[in-house]
Amino acid sequence: MLTLQILANGLVLGGLYACIASGFSLVWGVLNVINILHGSFIVLGGYLAFYAYGLLGIHPFLSILIAAPLFFALGYAMQHTLINRMIAAPVLLTLTLTFGLDLMLSNAMLATFTADFRKLTLDPPLGTLAFGTIVLPVDRLIAMVLALGLTGLLYLVLSRSRIGRAIVAVRMDREAAALMGVNVKRVYAITFGLGTLMAGASGPLLAMIFPISPLTGPAYLGKAFVICVLGGLGSVPGAMIGGLALGVVESFGSLWFGPEHATTLSFVLLILILLVRPEGLLGRKGYA
Amino acid sequence: MRREALVAATLFALVGLFPLVGEAYWLRLGTTMLMYGVLAMSWNFIGGMAGYPSFAVAAFFGLGAYSGAVAQKFGAPAGLAWCIAAASALVFATLLGLALLRLRGHYFAIASLVVADVLRELVNSATDLTGGGMGLNLPVPAMSSIDAQAAFFFYAMLALATITFAATLLAARSKLGFGLRCIQQNESAADMLGVDTTLYKVCAFALSAVFVGAAGAIYASWVHYIEPPDVFDVLYSVKAIVMVLLGGAGSLFGPLLGAAVFLSLEELVWRKFIDVHTGVLGLLIVLLVMFLPKGLLSLSQRLPWAGKRP
Repeated sequence: MLTLQILANGLVLGGLYACIASGFSLVWGVLNVINILHGSFIVLGGYLAFYAYGLLGIHPFLSILIAAPLFFALGYAMQHTLINRMIAAPVLLTLTLTFGLDLMLSNAMLATFTADFRKLTLDPPLGTLAFGTIVLPVDRLIAMVLALGLTGLLYLVLSRSRIGRAIVAVRMDREAAALMGVNVKRVYAITFGLGTLMAGASGPLLAMIFPISPLTGPAYLGKAFVICVLGGLGSVPGAMIGGLALGVVESFGSLWFGPEHATTLSFVLLILILLVRPEGLLGRKGYA
Repeated sequence: MRREALVAATLFALVGLFPLVGEAYWLRLGTTMLMYGVLAMSWNFIGGMAGYPSFAVAAFFGLGAYSGAVAQKFGAPAGLAWCIAAASALVFATLLGLALLRLRGHYFAIASLVVADVLRELVNSATDLTGGGMGLNLPVPAMSSIDAQAAFFFYAMLALATITFAATLLAARSKLGFGLRCIQQNESAADMLGVDTTLYKVCAFALSAVFVGAAGAIYASWVHYIEPPDVFDVLYSVKAIVMVLLGGAGSLFGPLLGAAVFLSLEELVWRKFIDVHTGVLGLLIVLLVMFLPKGLLSLSQRLPWAGKRP
């Protein structure tokens, strides 16, 4: 029975991980840029929910609606003004650029919000739900459903909408897309905006479960990376599968080895996957 | 090669006279600068020559610091402990390199970035050996005065920097350096033309670790107390990269120049804005990457020792 409970916990966590990773994976796949800022964007989204709830009484689940346009605009502007200039530079330079931007953002958050760990607690609490012997907190359950919903929405946007098709086209062949009349720079900016949106929107959801602090950003970033490698790069279903897999692995790993080894465990998993199946569980060969 | 060696020998000899004139503050700065120089020159092996964006400097630094500290805890004298630290970093990097260097680009970068986190967690949880989050105290060397101690660590760091530079010079002018530059330009082509890319890359990665490991151990002895978040700080990796980019990646003197300029900036500017230290570092990185990606030495390509040919 314990096994089932741990599995359920892992899946709940995994749904949130999928949401974290999908935006990161999108930016990486389309722009070939590792967005080191991703973790800090998630934390910033968490703070937005924290203060929206504490000061204005806006429910964290609703604050996603505020976070989404704000973060999209932030990401669009950042890509438009800074990263687009460097997009053709070698990996080291784009990576270092987003690293520098991340240092600035996390330092700004540290100065504004201090390093204190804050917890978003709902009043009144939503209680728990029992399915047979499995008990799940309702707030976590809703957070997972919303996270999977957001990820599904991103999938729909990419596969159905006009701009989504343009993004996929640019990912497949930038030159050909440009020849077909796609404004590649604009698509890049929109893609980065969408990635930022996903990070900012998953912030409030994660704030329901984990404490909020500027120091937690790098951990989210690490998870997003592991999930991308697990599931395969640049595909939403890959991020979904990778996220759920990591959630389950971490849950069982905490049970067997102790929670302090969660990072080590996911890194070992990462190395194993990279060595055995570098294209990811769902990935296609040839995308690097 | 002879001319570069001569320039470097003069430079290091001049730096060696430093303790005769400097006060304790300047000596501390000088030791830090030499340490930064070692980190930058080491990163240059893998990042500058082979073009692999490694973020593993912090991992090697922390590993060296803890290997040295634990060795001293069990009674090894300082010099032996530093050698043990260098050796453990070398072995670790070789094994890690065999796994990680199969990855390219972003995959390699992030995988190397995570290594420091993992080591920090392991050190944190191995409380018996390392003291965990409580940190580890090191014996204070038995020396007459504070000044003598300061000079001792200055010379230790200077010796290490000299060795690192000599290794850079030898590597750059040998088949290894040639092969690494081939790998940087086009790894597949290099592989096809008979460069043993795996061997070369592992060599570069090991070289980027061994001196950093020793530097970590010297640092640990120098400050007498280490704790995981201090020595596994990812900023060591970032600073090494920034210093090399600042000076000029792949060149001989670029990393040293970068280290000197970087430390001057750190001391002159950031000391006054301690709250926004990392933010200003971030701004510097952004400006550097956008406006001077080839480093300061690229401004003076005409100088005879400008290193990398255009």
